[in-house]
Amino acid sequence: MHRSKLPFLSLLSVACAMLLSSCGSSAHSARELTLYNGQHEQTTALLVAAFEKATGIAVKVRSADEASLGNQILQEGSSSPADVFYTENTPVLEALREHGLLAAVAPSTLAAVPRSYDSAEGSWVGVSARVSALVYNTSKLAPAQLPSSILELADPRWKGKLGFAPSETDFQPLITAIVKLDGQAAAERWLKGLQANGTVYPDNETVVSQVNNGESELGPINHYYWYRLRDEVGRGDLNSALHYYAAGDPGDLVDVSGAAVLKTSTHQAAAQAFLAFLVSSKGQEVLAHSHSYEYPLRPGVAPAPGLAVLSTLHPVALTPAELGDGSEALELEQKLGLL
Amino acid sequence: MRRLAAAETTQRRWTRTLSGHRRWPLVSAAGGVLVTILVLLPLVFLVVQAQQSGWSEAKHLLLRHLVVVLLWNSVRLTFACTILCAVLGVGAAWCVERTALPARRLWAVLLVAPLGIPDFVVGFGWVSLEPGLHGYLAAVMIMTLSLYPLVFLPVRTALSRVDGGLEETARSLGLGPWQTFLRVTLRQIWPAVLGGCLLVTLGLLAEYGAFEIVRYQTFTVAIFTEFKLGFDAVGACVLSLVLVLLSVAVLAGELLLRGRGGAVRSGPGARRASPRVQLGRWTGPVLIALGALGGLALGVPMGSLLYWVLHGGSSTLPSTSILGALAHTAAYSAAAAAIATALAVPVCAQALRHRNRLTILIERLAYMPMALPGLVIALGLVSFTVRYAFGLYQSSFELIVAYAILFLPLAVVGVRAAMGQASPRLEEVGRSLGARPSTVFRRVTLPLIAPGLAAAFALVFISSSTELTATLLLRPTGVNTLATQFWSYTSDFSYGAAAPYAALMVAISAVPAYLLSRRMSSVARMAEAR
Repeated sequence: MHRSKLPFLSLLSVACAMLLSSCGSSAHSARELTLYNGQHEQTTALLVAAFEKATGIAVKVRSADEASLGNQILQEGSSSPADVFYTENTPVLEALREHGLLAAVAPSTLAAVPRSYDSAEGSWVGVSARVSALVYNTSKLAPAQLPSSILELADPRWKGKLGFAPSETDFQPLITAIVKLDGQAAAERWLKGLQANGTVYPDNETVVSQVNNGESELGPINHYYWYRLRDEVGRGDLNSALHYYAAGDPGDLVDVSGAAVLKTSTHQAAAQAFLAFLVSSKGQEVLAHSHSYEYPLRPGVAPAPGLAVLSTLHPVALTPAELGDGSEALELEQKLGLL
Repeated sequence: MRRLAAAETTQRRWTRTLSGHRRWPLVSAAGGVLVTILVLLPLVFLVVQAQQSGWSEAKHLLLRHLVVVLLWNSVRLTFACTILCAVLGVGAAWCVERTALPARRLWAVLLVAPLGIPDFVVGFGWVSLEPGLHGYLAAVMIMTLSLYPLVFLPVRTALSRVDGGLEETARSLGLGPWQTFLRVTLRQIWPAVLGGCLLVTLGLLAEYGAFEIVRYQTFTVAIFTEFKLGFDAVGACVLSLVLVLLSVAVLAGELLLRGRGGAVRSGPGARRASPRVQLGRWTGPVLIALGALGGLALGVPMGSLLYWVLHGGSSTLPSTSILGALAHTAAYSAAAAAIATALAVPVCAQALRHRNRLTILIERLAYMPMALPGLVIALGLVSFTVRYAFGLYQSSFELIVAYAILFLPLAVVGVRAAMGQASPRLEEVGRSLGARPSTVFRRVTLPLIAPGLAAAFALVFISSSTELTATLLLRPTGVNTLATQFWSYTSDFSYGAAAPYAALMVAISAVPAYLLSRRMSSVARMAEAR
């Protein structure tokens, strides 16, 4: 690279970048939506494609992890370009609601799924759900040895055998549920037990992989992580299985993925139409047949083959709205030094 | 007596600075101001946010048992990694640049490549190789293997500019090879070594992704918890201020270690190329050592990528979007590298040639972004552009500027090391012959620091091409880069589909390293021919 070429190449690349950027942006129109997406990107892509085909409204998707997007919306405030925010969990939606950033969801959209899966204030709608369960290593444990309550995971007999991910957004609802059902002291005892017994993993993907390869023997996760692992490693390398807690147990919890319309959206009608589509039969069918293994929430839409029907499997002990923004659980985890 | 003399020199320096004779060229000063503004943006965001927290809330956040444990984890990891990176980086650079090692140019590229591997792939490679791997030693090993190129690259560039004449003189005066290296060679490359170590240290303070998978918790984990679970930018910013304080201490420490020293060549003539050391019977062991370094740093993560492609259930052929992602990554990274390098030049020129408190402060400030988590910097930019420059929000331009801010420290290290080696006497001669400052810069300084510019460009390019956090927040809606696509697939367990994106990231990061290496060889050949 000769000396004289370097500035030239640099200028060229700046020009290229500018050119590329101009491809990305286009003028605002009523037939267009900006979606901030914290759900798994592949699932969202299928939903968006079906929505665009059905309505002719173009959707621009920004994907990132939901926490980053939530923080971004909080920083953007009233200038947020987002029309719709679609997330994997509800605490981030609750946090935005508390800041007064969410518009009311159309009543007909809220009514499409059981009310217990929606925001109590009608600020977001539940779209799909995961069930909290236990993954265990099948060559190390037999089904009969497994606990029927999540509280038993604090028992010393699981010392050195347990793996869990306390920094996952799926973990706080478990703590909140124990606080609500058995009290603060029980939750604290349980967390201390887990701390003594378990290995801390960064996320649920790691928990399920490490249980599958035998580094840990069991761990609390959401059901769909196991199904996705099964797809990726293939049945030949599968050394794990799912176990559900007894009905009514604090571990017997449903985590809801939800969507909301931003109060500041300049495309309110199109945004409400997108939410309505997510919970329509068509949208829910797309969800059920994607590789996400989440439960569709609309009554009458069957989940992916192999999954039991949600309503027959698990009565809901606590609604997502009751689980709140998870700040109580967070404080408890910080107090005990887990976070 | 000595103090008097010193005071006299200081005074003379001040007079010279103030007199019109050595006034800063306007362009250079403007560059310094621009850098200051850009670097201060995220810092101002941090302070404004943190201010909203009351003292009792801040105390509650900071004075926790876990915070102390995490800080200790950060400090001991940083200490061990920095020393190991320095030893490995200097050792490898010396072997590649100063010995008659077979296939030198190949080694030069291979040894830089680990920088282009996303942290997540590195961690994943190791954990799949040895599932039990975790904790302090694992974190030290993995981070050393992925960060030593930050020392290797600047030091290698500096070694290529070392004056062999000085070494020969030292040898003829009776110094042994080791003493010559320690007292002559090392002195000449010292700014590059310290600069690289500074990057490693600051980078580790802000590192997050790689430790997740080996389950080693550092202070940054506490910051991310506030963001991710508390949706609390205020708390996260309070905690980030601790990182700012730590990095101020590190930056001050480095300044002390650096001293006023650093050896510039005073001779006016051509630099003497140093003869390459014949390795002889050491050829085998050196090859094995470098092979082990490259194999561990590059082979393990690449092996896991290969495994994903072969065994991943999701390994469908990558769609055409991979080309779009590649084009965006290359264009953004190249533009950011050009801007960061261009900004680094005035910062270094002022800090070295017009040394006073202000210019040193600006140079130190330019390192700060390295010690802050990318998310803090990205949110700072979000907050600023949304309020004051909404037209630029989520534009390619903003993303490129974000990369340039994030990786400016890398450029400063590359440029500073080269400029420190170039003798100001040559510039003074140019000036005394009546050339304007801009002409002197173009015809004297620029050719002297060209390898440093190229090294700076390469470092920023490679780091930008794997950046994820800021990219996710600031990219134009609908635009994908290799890093965002890789993230998207891995967070969906589709490792097979993710692997080609990671492989491409490594591949394009080899391009600037290769060009740099070719350029340095041709410079060396020219010097030898003289």
